[in-house]
Amino acid sequence: MSIAIRHLSKRFGAFQALDDVSIDIGSGELVALLGPSGCGKTTLLRIIAGLEYADRGEVLLDGDDASHRHVRERQVGFVFQHYALFRHMSVFDNVAFGLRVRSRKLRPTEAQIRERVVRLLKLVQLDWLADRHPSQLSGGQRQRIALARALAVEPKVLLLDEPFGALDAKVRKELRRWLRQLHDEIHVTSVFVTHDQEEALEVADRVVLINSGRVEQVGTPESVYETPATPFVANFLGSVNLFHGRIEGGQLHVGEHVIGLDSGDREPGGGAVAFVRPHDFDLVPGWPAGSGLPAKIERVVSIGPTAQLELSRGDGEAGEPIEVHLDRQTLGRLGVREGDRVLLRPRRIRLFQTDALAA
Amino acid sequence: MVRREGNSSRLKRFSVLPGFAVTLGYTLAYLSLVVLIPLSAIGAKTLTLGWEAFWSAVSTPRVVASYRLSFGASLLAAGINVVFGLVLAWVLVRYRFPGKGLVDALVDLPFALPTAVAGIALATIYSANGPIGEFLQPLGIEVAYTPKGVLLALVFIGLPFVVRTVQPVLADLERDVEEAAAGLGASRWQTFRRVILPHIAPAILTGFAMAFARAVGEYGSVIFIAGNVPMVSEIAPLMIITKLEQYDYAGATAVASVMLVISFILLLIINALQGWMQRRRGAGG
Amino acid sequence: MESRTLVHPGIIADESPSTRDPTPVRWALIGIALAFFAVFLLLPLLTVFAEALRKGWGAYLAALTNPDALAAIQLTLLVAAIAVPLNLVFGVTASWAIARFDFVGKRVLITLIDLPFSVSPVISGLIYVLLFGAQGWFGPWLQEHDVRIIFAVPGIVLATIFVTFPFVARELIPLMEAQGWEEEEAAVVLGASGWQVFWHTTLPGIKWGLLYGVILCNARAMGEFGAVSVVSGHIRGLTNTMPLHVEILYNEYNYAAAFAVASLLALLAIVTLGIKELVERRVHRHSSPGSRENES
Repeated sequence: MSIAIRHLSKRFGAFQALDDVSIDIGSGELVALLGPSGCGKTTLLRIIAGLEYADRGEVLLDGDDASHRHVRERQVGFVFQHYALFRHMSVFDNVAFGLRVRSRKLRPTEAQIRERVVRLLKLVQLDWLADRHPSQLSGGQRQRIALARALAVEPKVLLLDEPFGALDAKVRKELRRWLRQLHDEIHVTSVFVTHDQEEALEVADRVVLINSGRVEQVGTPESVYETPATPFVANFLGSVNLFHGRIEGGQLHVGEHVIGLDSGDREPGGGAVAFVRPHDFDLVPGWPAGSGLPAKIERVVSIGPTAQLELSRGDGEAGEPIEVHLDRQTLGRLGVREGDRVLLRPRRIRLFQTDALAA
Repeated sequence: MVRREGNSSRLKRFSVLPGFAVTLGYTLAYLSLVVLIPLSAIGAKTLTLGWEAFWSAVSTPRVVASYRLSFGASLLAAGINVVFGLVLAWVLVRYRFPGKGLVDALVDLPFALPTAVAGIALATIYSANGPIGEFLQPLGIEVAYTPKGVLLALVFIGLPFVVRTVQPVLADLERDVEEAAAGLGASRWQTFRRVILPHIAPAILTGFAMAFARAVGEYGSVIFIAGNVPMVSEIAPLMIITKLEQYDYAGATAVASVMLVISFILLLIINALQGWMQRRRGAGG
Repeated sequence: MESRTLVHPGIIADESPSTRDPTPVRWALIGIALAFFAVFLLLPLLTVFAEALRKGWGAYLAALTNPDALAAIQLTLLVAAIAVPLNLVFGVTASWAIARFDFVGKRVLITLIDLPFSVSPVISGLIYVLLFGAQGWFGPWLQEHDVRIIFAVPGIVLATIFVTFPFVARELIPLMEAQGWEEEEAAVVLGASGWQVFWHTTLPGIKWGLLYGVILCNARAMGEFGAVSVVSGHIRGLTNTMPLHVEILYNEYNYAAAFAVASLLALLAIVTLGIKELVERRVHRHSSPGSRENES
């Protein structure tokens, strides 16, 4: 089932949770709603589910306006952040719940229910836990049971609220991969909410970035990471270094120094902010004249294949340290150490005009 | 255009759970029928009395003496309960000793035991030939049928309040705070005074106010042991009954309305205290 | 309270030396607590049973099977059988409205529900006299239609409903607020109807708290004295509940019989406290261990 969100707005008292949000989600897609906490992503998910109603705008499911449809009739599966498993029911009864509460006409026989629940428990690889109670399960197991329960009613859309938010790092990574595989297997349109960019980029087909109730950018993980549309996206996804300056004659002037720009990066003159990712720098030992930013290496942490360098600005400007990632071989070839002076030459720059930042 | 809730959405947050209108409607209707409308009868009746009649009813020496006894003994009883309630709560939370489970379970006895039963039991215990009274008698201490008996009964029925409000707060108090205090050189008593007591103070106050409020209105456990001597050991609720038995509805209502106003003020104070306590506990965690 | 077994009297295992009270202080406090407990709680309870059996089992049973006593027991059961279910339904309904929805004026409503707790029992009786008594608002009309409420069973029932009004709601509201409504939402998303949500998700979660509320409500309904005493008229065999019967016997210096009836009420109190212990252990076991262990 496809989902179309048209001009949704929602406020809670004085707080604008969503502001004219429009998104299209194709049938069978796995989409992440990504943003900082309090940005409105959970509210959006709850509106899609019908757990919350919008002040304005509509939600179309398969092209039909579902805005007025009750959550029961929307055929959605919802996985709650804290799973909301029924504490007093066994795992089996939890998963069977959605089938057993159906009206007699639509209810499968007990044998059919049993068969389907067992199948689902096998799908989430927990069929051996059918008789346990939720309190006897680990966090990751609860998460998978919650998913099985949501899938039992054969929803057309699967909605997950911070599905890995309450788990520790290792389980999180495992479940992430597992969710991706599961989706490839059952191919139900899925939307999940997360504040963890790594999670969104690794799992989703497409990522919707939300900030302060507005959609900042929608795109594949590669496209939002490589070509962020707004300063917020550039800043939010991965670590990034910021340089404030101005554009003059096709070059970026940062203080007294000049960084050459590709023709593609060139934008009309005026104030600008340059975002450079840590792995997008070339280093030149010493402070030769020419394009680039002089800097001093303060710390080198080289564990694993990548060396992480922390540098301070050579021109004495205070501010955040500059973060640079190099592979160990390159570092060895350059032969630079802590305390050395180097010239930083960004290979790739994402430029935003300063007045765009203010908007 | 999707606003299902219409203009009520400002008063109630949307929820997919059903039954709000029905359950709230029933709640308000039943509440009005059982509590609010009957209670308003007191107010309405008082208003019809007129100031003169009201004042003459509540200012007779006998009524004033009963107020003095009810409020005085209730204050004193609540105070006694703070001291012993604190000790009980402390011992139940901090120490382990034989019979602890029984003590913990029986603390609620005054809630569960019908007041008339408590009343006749206390009257028997402290009467001249009762198990405690017979020892007090030779010492010249009379408890039964005196204001001391009233006080005793009020201590009994107010006992659980301080214990049960302080106990959970004390249990919540992190041990590391005390260890930190000890590490900084505080003696055990200083730690109690400066670290523990401020933490449980709102709970103590709440328990005190609840015990006091309960004691002021108490009837059943008191009248058997009080002796009900006019001007000496008559409590205010008994004055209401006495006036009712004389078919003096107006007088009974006047006496009651004064007590009701004080009870409501106490209720507001208790609510404010509980709010304070919750905020304190919330901030601490 | 984690363990009731005795290891070293007066010392709890997790205590570090720096936070342990000096031994004399410990023993003194335990001594004071136990003495206070013995005098104020244990002794009254024991007195009831000792006095009840003072004249032997024969007299005890005779006191209980006396026709007036039986009538009092019957009336008490009848009153509780009416008041408790009504307040049970109210308590569940009110808790659903209050603990499952956010609306303006919720705190005020909770305070109003608590109101009967802060009203003296005698006043609780008085209000019904003012409403339905001979000189009351509806008095003349009732007399005309020959309906008796005051000094009759309906008045006793009304007064009992009033004083036991908050018990169930009071137990359930905090419990349901603490549980949150995510499980119910999940049930709705899975297609459950309103009743199914209540029966399958809400009720199993609150049944112990509900039981405790009902038990407390019942104990108070059967034991209420002040309010009932105002409206009953103390007519033997007709409008005497058990506590009123105790009073009459006591005032007639028939102590053994008074305590015999009182002992039934004391047993009720003990059963109530026993169920409370049971419920607390249940709730403790069900709610705490790691049901949301990973919550950040």
